Amino acid sequence: MAVNEQTFDLAARPASARVEEKLYNVRFKTDEDQSHLIVMDSELCARCTDKPCTTFCPVTVYKWENHDRKISVGYEKCVECGACRIGCPYYNIEWRYPKGGFGVQYKNG
Amino acid sequence: MIERGDEPGTKNVMGGVLYRQPTEKIIPGWWREAPVERPIVDERMWLLTEDSMIQAGFKSTRYAEEPHNAFTVLRVKFDKWFADKATGAGAVLITNTVAEDVIREGGRIVGVRTGREQGDVYANVVIAADGVNSLLSKSAGLHGEIPPHHVALVTKEIVNMTREKIEDRFLLNPNEGATIEVFGDSTMGMLGYGFIYTNRDSLSVGVGALLSDLIRKKVNPNDLMERFKANPMVKRLLEGGESKEYMAHLIPEGGAAAMPPVYTDGMLVVGDAAGMSNAIYREGSNLALISAKLAAQTCIDAHNRGDFSARSLAQYRHLLDESFIMKDLRLYSRTSQFFQNNRDFLEVYPGLLADAAHQMLTVDSVPKQDKQRAIVRRLLKERAPWDLVRDAFGALRSLS
Repeated sequence: MAVNEQTFDLAARPASARVEEKLYNVRFKTDEDQSHLIVMDSELCARCTDKPCTTFCPVTVYKWENHDRKISVGYEKCVECGACRIGCPYYNIEWRYPKGGFGVQYKNG
Repeated sequence: MIERGDEPGTKNVMGGVLYRQPTEKIIPGWWREAPVERPIVDERMWLLTEDSMIQAGFKSTRYAEEPHNAFTVLRVKFDKWFADKATGAGAVLITNTVAEDVIREGGRIVGVRTGREQGDVYANVVIAADGVNSLLSKSAGLHGEIPPHHVALVTKEIVNMTREKIEDRFLLNPNEGATIEVFGDSTMGMLGYGFIYTNRDSLSVGVGALLSDLIRKKVNPNDLMERFKANPMVKRLLEGGESKEYMAHLIPEGGAAAMPPVYTDGMLVVGDAAGMSNAIYREGSNLALISAKLAAQTCIDAHNRGDFSARSLAQYRHLLDESFIMKDLRLYSRTSQFFQNNRDFLEVYPGLLADAAHQMLTVDSVPKQDKQRAIVRRLLKERAPWDLVRDAFGALRSLS
């Protein structure tokens, strides 16, 4: 039972409800050199039927790119909750903290 | 103190309630000078369905009087103040630095490796306070991966609102605060809850559920948040507010049964890093603070003994066992497990209760006795009599 299918109409929501819109208000200092999140084996992702990381990540870092047959990683918007570290059914995500001082910088917390 | 953020607090998220008495054990009178939002005088609990809610709560002028019971706080402001207190007492704070790994010598932990050039830091004892994603205690070999049914994934938004509007809407005197915990439809029956807390001039609005439930039901956390905010009971409270910050955080939910060893040669683990949270009672910050105090006491005693071996540091574990921390966490393991195994409490009962209340309170010239019979019939249709008895006793036992 996905939220948007049965009980909640995604299309009817205002733009402010989209996570991309919400992230405009969140402060980040992006490490341009390297991602702190690495999907280790794309073959595993291709075989993974549900690809739950593309759903449960609260900021939608992970997207399945059908053309490239791999998961793309938008680490720049990661809020470092750690859900993917634990939630990937194959523990296929190498999860580290961003370098010191980089990543999300909350204003309220 | 090694902090990976640019300053203390910018990496930290919590629901937003800090308790006076436990924090007083670290800094007496803290709340008189710390940046707190509002003392909480009203604690409400809602059982929500898509179009209705049943509410209970406790409001008292006793909580409005000093020294108060609990306060809403925003961690970025509070942590900065709290860290200043530590540096004022002589601690050294290193910001913008990640403690990435433990350093071992002869089988015992003697320090941490940071992400900086020549960033090895040596110490008699390392206290891992690196939160639910404690890579330090993992690299120390104290635990493996946490299973998804032992953490909740929570999102939270800061919704700006004027003080007057908050006080009018929540029926509060100036500078008083309220909290609302929302069970039932807020999580679509998943194990977890939503919350609305009043800050000085904003609301903290959050909702979270077990990560395993979110995975199983294929629910995106932001969708869950939007659905929560769109519920008619919640929507009216937030109306006119402006969402200013969106965040996400994991909370350990396994209770005592899921805790890693909290000490080893040269290292102690405190707070979320050790899996200390008690979500039923919304407690976590107090467990972190008190465990840190017990860890500090252990370090002082170990220093006096001149012995930082596991045997000496085992004192920390004894102190935890004697305190409310382990007693409550052992109980919480049972409670959490019970509700995981008895889904009807969140999936079936809220709707039944709301329908029963609706029937009883709707004046439609049907005799009350007929209504009661209809409610009992409906209840027995959904749950066998034996299940009802088992549920009632089970819930009571898991909580006591």
